Amino acid sequence: MSVSEMSPAPDAAQQPTLDVRDLCTSFHTRAGVLPAVRNVSLRVQPGRILGLVGESGSGKSVTGFSILGLVDEPGRISGGQVLFKGRDLTRLSASQLRDIQGNRVAMIFQDPMMTLNPVLRVDTQMIEAVRAHSPLSKREAREHASRTLALMGIASPEERLRAYPHQLSGGMRQRVAIAIALLHAPDLIIADEPTTALDVTIQAQILSEVQKLVREQGTSLIWITHDLSVIAGLADDVAVMYAGRIVEQGSVADVLDRPQHPYTQGLIDSLPSRNQRGQRLRQIPGMAPDLLSMPVGCAFAARCPRASQVCAQEPQPHEARPGQMVRCFHPGAADAQ
Amino acid sequence: MNVIEKVPIGSTLLQAQSPWRRVLAEFFSSPTAVTGLVVLLLIVLVAALAPWIVVQTPYDLMQLNVMDARMPPGSLNGDSGYTYWLGTDGQGRDLVSAIIYGLRISLWVGIGSALIAAVIGTLLGLVSAYVGGWLDALLMRLVDLLLSFPVILMALMILAWLGKGVGNVMLTLIMLEWAYYARTARGQALTESRREYVDAARGQGVGPLRIVVGHILPNCLPPLIVIGALQIARAITLEATLSFLGLGVPVTEPSLGLLIANGFQYMLSNEYWISLFPGLALLITIVAINLVGDRLRDVLNPRLQR
Repeated sequence: MSVSEMSPAPDAAQQPTLDVRDLCTSFHTRAGVLPAVRNVSLRVQPGRILGLVGESGSGKSVTGFSILGLVDEPGRISGGQVLFKGRDLTRLSASQLRDIQGNRVAMIFQDPMMTLNPVLRVDTQMIEAVRAHSPLSKREAREHASRTLALMGIASPEERLRAYPHQLSGGMRQRVAIAIALLHAPDLIIADEPTTALDVTIQAQILSEVQKLVREQGTSLIWITHDLSVIAGLADDVAVMYAGRIVEQGSVADVLDRPQHPYTQGLIDSLPSRNQRGQRLRQIPGMAPDLLSMPVGCAFAARCPRASQVCAQEPQPHEARPGQMVRCFHPGAADAQ
Repeated sequence: MNVIEKVPIGSTLLQAQSPWRRVLAEFFSSPTAVTGLVVLLLIVLVAALAPWIVVQTPYDLMQLNVMDARMPPGSLNGDSGYTYWLGTDGQGRDLVSAIIYGLRISLWVGIGSALIAAVIGTLLGLVSAYVGGWLDALLMRLVDLLLSFPVILMALMILAWLGKGVGNVMLTLIMLEWAYYARTARGQALTESRREYVDAARGQGVGPLRIVVGHILPNCLPPLIVIGALQIARAITLEATLSFLGLGVPVTEPSLGLLIANGFQYMLSNEYWISLFPGLALLITIVAINLVGDRLRDVLNPRLQR
């Protein structure tokens, strides 16, 4: 499979912030080798927002962790490249990688309750994050932290700086976590379901603030989520993952309005919507396959309404519509079937 | 009709309260623990100020009068006119003075060895957890080995090899005690290093040393503090036991354990005070430390927190 096939390249002249090629990450457990991420290729242009969608265990978080070099034993990046502005992050030494982590590439984690150290005050943690990558004095670092908190829409940042994480609300904590990610104005932010643990109104506020900041600063953003409605409102492009592979990729308008892959179709169908009031939600039958005993051929075939003989072979990604990649033998809108 | 009352913004903001301050507040809510702490502080104060409190330096043989040996509590000293409130021991030492000086040695040995062992053990535990692999295996098997023998037996063996003396007793206690801290610190560090905030710190490009010392260690402290408090009590008892058995401090500078041992032979001749009062002093000290330690365990145990 060639790389360019999988990634849409809307603007070939511009160097992408992130160019992931054929990334494979597997976990070597006692029960066997779990291929959590298989041949994932992604491309994010400066100032664009990519939504990475999938259900639990589809490998979307592991993809995010792999990009930032945070995969722990027994996990291992077993192949592929992570080109960040042309530099392959998988080949950097630990200290070279640390120079980039939090500085040029930052990560926002899922649970705001867990990402802040409970025994350290917010200022301690933010000053440390500032000074990990810049020679500022403690006072300057503190001022910078305070300005960044204000940028995230936090009122009286000085007061929040003196607080301990448990004194802040969930939304406030996630704002602090996002502010920490923004401290060094990174080129790329990987956000791993950062608003899942928050209630909907807070989620909407944070989404709009993040969107604004990303647009203003030209930051690239990968937003990992299982929530298609978040993607619809936030992202420019979307990649749908299933069982460790990207099954469909393209612009949000294309993928959500004219899904080509039956899995994407299934995801959209399982959302409640206005025009099917009173009807039962259509869920995708069956369960995601066990990564330890992956079926030969298309991983989705067992649950797929369009499956046929040919699906026993591995489908290769191809362009079903211009700029819309799909990994399926039977692409097309559901109505066409 | 407007029924919604306006709440002034910011009124619910708490004063920044550190987790440690919260623990302290909870600690002081227990009268028993506070009593223990007050008694303990008094004991420490008395021991620290011993030279200015006692009527007689019990280690200075020139100040002892053998003619005053084994006098019952309340007897008068013929020469200087002070009263032996708790009587005298077999060498004619004033028991109040001897107990205060004995406390000094016991506390010094107990607290000193517990603290040094805490530092060494915690460090080794963190290294073990962080480095892992064969070093981890080696250190933890060593810990298992140390903890699988009866402490008193190990202590006797080590002291028989090192010889008597306050320094050697401390060394022995440190050699036996670091294992508890190491095991706890390692387990705690392993748990904490799986927490998301560690990933987050790594994702910010924070170096490994800074993560272990700045992020993981502070989160490991609560159980280590509890162990520390209980280990001080254990160390004091162990020192007393070793001295009682004649392997601890020298006879000329008796600690509480040695005082008890010395008085033991007179018990049958009804001269109970020589053993009883040092024993009571030891008992009160240990109980006070344990009260404080138990309360610390309650307030620092995350499982008991609501």
